[in-house]
Amino acid sequence: MAFFLMCSMFEMEFGDVIPVVKTSVGGTRVIGRMCVGNKNGLLLPNSTTDQELLHIRNCIPDEVVVQRIDERLSALGNCIACNDYVGLIHTDLDRETEELIADVLGVEVFRQTIAGNILVGSYCVFSNKGGLVHPRTSIEDLDELSSLLQVPLVAGTVNRGSEVIGAGMVANDWTAFCGLDTTATELSVVESVFKLRDAHPSAIVHEMRASLIDSMA
Amino acid sequence: MAAMEMFHVQQTPGVVLCCLCGTAISPNPTNMCMSCIRTQVDITEGLQKQLTIFYCRNCGRYLQPPRAWIKAELESKELLTFCIKRMKNLSKVKLVDAGFVWTEPHSKRLKVKLTVQKEVFNDAILQQTFVADYVVEDNMCDSCSRAAGNPDQWVAVVQLRQKVDHKRTFFFLEQLILKHGADANTVNVKKMHEGLDFYYGHRSHALKFVDFVNSVVPVRHRNDKQLVSHDTKSNHYNYRFTFSVEICPICKDDLICLPQRLSTSLGNLGPLVLCTRVSNSLFLLDPATLRTSFVDAQQYWRAGYKPLLTSRQLVEYVVLDIEVIGGGAHSNNDSAGAGGGGRYLLAEAQVARKSDFGQNDLIFTTRTHLGRLLSPGDYALGYDLYGANTNSDELDSLKSANLPDVILVRKSYEEKRRRIRGKPRPWKLRNLAMEVDATAVSGRGEEEQQQRDYERFLEELEEDPEMRSRIALFKNPQYTKVETASMAGDDGEEPPQVPLEELLSELRIADQEGGDGDGVGSDGPEEMDM
Repeated sequence: MAFFLMCSMFEMEFGDVIPVVKTSVGGTRVIGRMCVGNKNGLLLPNSTTDQELLHIRNCIPDEVVVQRIDERLSALGNCIACNDYVGLIHTDLDRETEELIADVLGVEVFRQTIAGNILVGSYCVFSNKGGLVHPRTSIEDLDELSSLLQVPLVAGTVNRGSEVIGAGMVANDWTAFCGLDTTATELSVVESVFKLRDAHPSAIVHEMRASLIDSMA
Repeated sequence: MAAMEMFHVQQTPGVVLCCLCGTAISPNPTNMCMSCIRTQVDITEGLQKQLTIFYCRNCGRYLQPPRAWIKAELESKELLTFCIKRMKNLSKVKLVDAGFVWTEPHSKRLKVKLTVQKEVFNDAILQQTFVADYVVEDNMCDSCSRAAGNPDQWVAVVQLRQKVDHKRTFFFLEQLILKHGADANTVNVKKMHEGLDFYYGHRSHALKFVDFVNSVVPVRHRNDKQLVSHDTKSNHYNYRFTFSVEICPICKDDLICLPQRLSTSLGNLGPLVLCTRVSNSLFLLDPATLRTSFVDAQQYWRAGYKPLLTSRQLVEYVVLDIEVIGGGAHSNNDSAGAGGGGRYLLAEAQVARKSDFGQNDLIFTTRTHLGRLLSPGDYALGYDLYGANTNSDELDSLKSANLPDVILVRKSYEEKRRRIRGKPRPWKLRNLAMEVDATAVSGRGEEEQQQRDYERFLEELEEDPEMRSRIALFKNPQYTKVETASMAGDDGEEPPQVPLEELLSELRIADQEGGDGDGVGSDGPEEMDM
């Protein structure tokens, strides 16, 4: 029930900009933890059924490569964090997987930990504009990560002090969704670090257009 | 060495915003600042802040449910333990510290300050201090309410009796009981005709007392029980127990004519013997031969003889002449029995009744064991067999034999005592609180008789150090030494007195100074050896 509610909410929010697809991955509904993707591609774990794969391929634009990968660690969402340019991965992932990630998602891949946690996907979320990491991340680690990712990072929490950030929120360049328990303080941190205050789909188009024109000129 | 030089990245802990108020804090498991955690969680939730405890005012004890009552002083360790135990759910938190907050003793409130720790969220330990308020409610405990409802509550009674015409045995027994604290569990003591009744709350207490009496005087006893109520469904039976204890009627200084069989079994002792001492057995002395023997309670009650003459029938004699028989050595060797040991010396005495003096010239010659004590001109107390009107089969069967006319028992200090009579002694005894039974109404004469018995008992104590050693004597604070000077020159010999070293000084609490000091039963003054 909650799942459908959530779907309808996403539809309500994105309906006119982004198509919302309902699917399962490997028979489970926790798709965010199972798969990872960006504007270039989408990686699915090997538990994904052929039917699901077909369904997802049908729904997603052709420019986006959908790839099922043969990796022992199947919860890809927990093991990989990425935006459109850079990705952090679990230290134990296969070399082939690492290459696949680089090819399919078109990102630079770094094997990293966040505040000593190897599940990078669980403990950080970042977009092309900013990111939120585990609250215990030291200042040195924070500097290192933000220089790798080339986005500003902030240590913070979601869901009323929870440090499992990846499980508590999703974000893209102009919107973020947080868990119901998230407090106003946490929301304001998220808003400021992801630069969501004046962000909306049209704004980014304007911005991109400006940069496009800039680069073309 | 290599490990030492390994490169370590410095880790500077960052700051995060408190998820509720937004202040910058160092990250913790809850990611909240302390004040926010306090507003969010109360670890004392579920712990009682106000409790009721029950207190019995009569005995000063607290109810430990379901039915135990424990004694505890205010602000004591025991009371704190009790208070903490009474609080429910305290096991769900970790108790770190506890202490009393002072309250007025009459406020009927106890305040206990408790510091507890508990894990909240994910391994964040929170410590909190709070004050629990205990309301003390009065509630009589079972034993007190039973005592209040009927103060005469007893289950077992020990009826101690001695069928003699004086009370000296009971005076001595009273002192023994006080010295040994045998009255600790006694609910009540009643003075009855020919004896005392001791009441107890439990049968076992009564049994213990009977055992005590059995160990100090020769007694025989039997017990009975009476069904008071019963509950057949739960098989409860309520009984009242009665122990009838009879003390042997032979007392110190009594003259006994032993039955022939007993005399033979004791090696032809007597048959006319004096009882010199009574403990849990009787010590018998044949004054004519200085042979001694003792008879224990079982042996006595098998024969159950009565005294021929008792100390009330003693007559005062004047010693005219005394002559030791066969020197001291003979008597001492011969009388190596119990209590003999050189105390007595066999002598031939010529005596005359004091009442006959100046009336007739009756002079008796007799053998006596008091050779060491008596000298011509002394007064001695003895049994007048010449004039006695006895009613004894045993004596009748002996009539043919050569009976002495007089048997001297002890030296008399009557003349010397007359001067100091009525003056306080330097020592005193404690008393047992007794209730006088209304049915055993004593006439005026009987009371005077009792006074005389008590006086005689005190004199006996002065004369007999062995008897003194069994009981506790106390210094008399009211006594002042005055008349010694006037007495000194008179005739040299003074009546026996208790040496001061034997006296105990009483321990007194300042508050009780007003009281007359004689101990009442169990809470009497404590004794200390000097």
